[in-house]
Amino acid sequence: MFKYIVKRLLLSILILFGVSVIIYFLIRLMPSDYFEKQFSSQLASGAINMDDIIEIKKLYGLDDDSFMGIVKGYFSWLFKALSGDLGESFIYKRPVAEVISDKMWISFAISGIALIFEFIIAIPLGVSSAVKQYSIQDYLVTILVMVGISFPSFFFANILIKIFAVNLGWLPVSGQTDATIDASTISTFQYLFGNFKHLILPMVTLVVLSIGGMMRYTRTNTLEVLNADYIRTARAKGLSERKVIYKHAFRNTMIPLVTTFAGILPSLFGGAMIVEQVFGIEGIGNIAYNALKQGDIPFIMGYNMFLAILTIVGTLFSDIMYAVVDPRVKLGK
Amino acid sequence: MAYISNKEIKKIIKNNKLEIKALEKKNKAYSKDDYITSMKDDNNVVEFEELKTYFYTDNGVVKAVNGVTFEVPSHSIVGIVGESGCGKSVTSLSLMRLLQGPTGQIVDGSIRFKASDGVVYDIAKMPLNKMSSIRGKDITMIFQEPMTSLNPVFTIGNQLDEVSLLHNNYDKQQSKAHSIEMLKLVGIPDAEMVYGKYPHELSGGMRQRVMIAMALAAKPKLIVADEPTTALDVTIQAQILDLLRDIQKKTDASIMLITHDLGVIAEMADYVIVMYAGKIIEKGTVMEIFDNPLHPYTVGLQKSKPRIDGNSNEPLFSIPGNVPNPINMPSYCYFKNRCKNCIEKCNGEYPKMIQVSDTHFVSCYYAQENNSKDN
Repeated sequence: MFKYIVKRLLLSILILFGVSVIIYFLIRLMPSDYFEKQFSSQLASGAINMDDIIEIKKLYGLDDDSFMGIVKGYFSWLFKALSGDLGESFIYKRPVAEVISDKMWISFAISGIALIFEFIIAIPLGVSSAVKQYSIQDYLVTILVMVGISFPSFFFANILIKIFAVNLGWLPVSGQTDATIDASTISTFQYLFGNFKHLILPMVTLVVLSIGGMMRYTRTNTLEVLNADYIRTARAKGLSERKVIYKHAFRNTMIPLVTTFAGILPSLFGGAMIVEQVFGIEGIGNIAYNALKQGDIPFIMGYNMFLAILTIVGTLFSDIMYAVVDPRVKLGK
Repeated sequence: MAYISNKEIKKIIKNNKLEIKALEKKNKAYSKDDYITSMKDDNNVVEFEELKTYFYTDNGVVKAVNGVTFEVPSHSIVGIVGESGCGKSVTSLSLMRLLQGPTGQIVDGSIRFKASDGVVYDIAKMPLNKMSSIRGKDITMIFQEPMTSLNPVFTIGNQLDEVSLLHNNYDKQQSKAHSIEMLKLVGIPDAEMVYGKYPHELSGGMRQRVMIAMALAAKPKLIVADEPTTALDVTIQAQILDLLRDIQKKTDASIMLITHDLGVIAEMADYVIVMYAGKIIEKGTVMEIFDNPLHPYTVGLQKSKPRIDGNSNEPLFSIPGNVPNPINMPSYCYFKNRCKNCIEKCNGEYPKMIQVSDTHFVSCYYAQENNSKDN
């Protein structure tokens, strides 16, 4: 087991190298140029000319867009990154690592709680739909979750805002804290609650959008397991239907679900770009979106490498979980 | 399968829904008086009477078991033979009430079973939740596929203990001791070690032994063995059959042995029931069926058995034709189109069961006529 994990980690170094090469080249080939945008007004008024901008770019090592120039740029980024320095973000004027670690927790809070709700709601729904296959409940749940899947997130988010924030006025439209709250005059609990109110709608959006896939996946797995011979054996033993489903079927249903664990880490820390954008939450998804729009090369590189590492660790985690859940799986060599 | 248009399928589905609903309503209405009865003969463990089990499929109603009457005497092995799809497995699943609902339904008839609490239940009319007190305790089942019949994520011990915990009122330690004892009884060496293993770590023969151990754990009165040796290779088959016979002698359980292998029947069974297309066509003791088969189908089955002493140049005999389509069975004898002994009467309605001797019954006009001539 230990040997397997070490081997996988060594392999992931290779993968990360490949990922960084691809991302770096893609970013450099992107038309968006931070410096030209930044100085466009000065450029238009004639305060500086194109040569000055090229001079600035040279300072950052971004002046040469030929193949060799990009390769050179990549290696200078790589060596810096290997020594632990991801560079300084252009737009936030702070080290990239600091920005990421600063902003990821709010995203983590939203998607973490949303994920818990997703599991709590989707898995029992999937199991009960499978047990009562083709019943009214099954059809109803399937239709509802399909509607959930089919909504684009920005659309659904805006509907929620319209209903709960604008029409009913129960929840704030966007942002992370109430503008009227002065943190120094109220208790911590009130402050937290004021903040939490802001997170409800984004969470609901995430949960509704993701329940469908999880529920359908659980339903399909459960159906397959319920037709297995060992379920018939369990019934023939005289076990109650409850025990048949929640002991004998459920463990087996969980095995394929472990695959989804691979995606959990990146989705927890990586932020939800569109939802954070719509609700104006300063999470890592929102930050990355702005960075991407403005061509903040160090931040985009840092963010994507962060996602890549999370994905690799997540996949490794789900592979190890397989061995935990399914005794037939042996991680060896 | 004949072509059915969409319109017809819709009509069939609608019809099926109505019939299933009516059946479920009827089943719900059964009260205690309906499902507590008495045995016809106290010496029997289970009595099937005119059992009818249908499958309401989208192509039509399949009468998988269509009026089956037989009994399993105590301390005996009753073999049920027949080709694939003749209804032998469905008969056993009806007994266990393990039919895949809502398509599979017991439509009519009764299955009388004397449970260990001394009460005779009519299993066909019993509510399903009551059934779990009989299932796994008084009637246990050994399935055809040992490779997939054990849950892959639980240890052998865990799955065996479940039976003792549920039916024998043992605590955990007692269950473990009992499970290991059962494993030893079915001839598993190193029972303590196997107890902690997962199913995938055992061979097919071992797994079938575990299944048998599981079937024995609650000291059942009747063991239903549904083709217990089909998935195993020949040498293991012999061992498993020996084990079953041995166990039947040691415990006082009866065995209902379902197989398509006449050799197995000849070796194991006391009574034989020959099924064809959902009906019993002949039944009797092993001697009667093998020495004096009366139904042309039984005769054909025995002829189509490979023989080592026979003339090896002769091709193996096979009964011509196919089993009729299970949907829309004819009203005359189902075997008529494949039978070479057809007589005038065979065009009439389905032949009734006639008694040839105390234990030997056959449902065939030709056999009836021949027999009456002999007497």
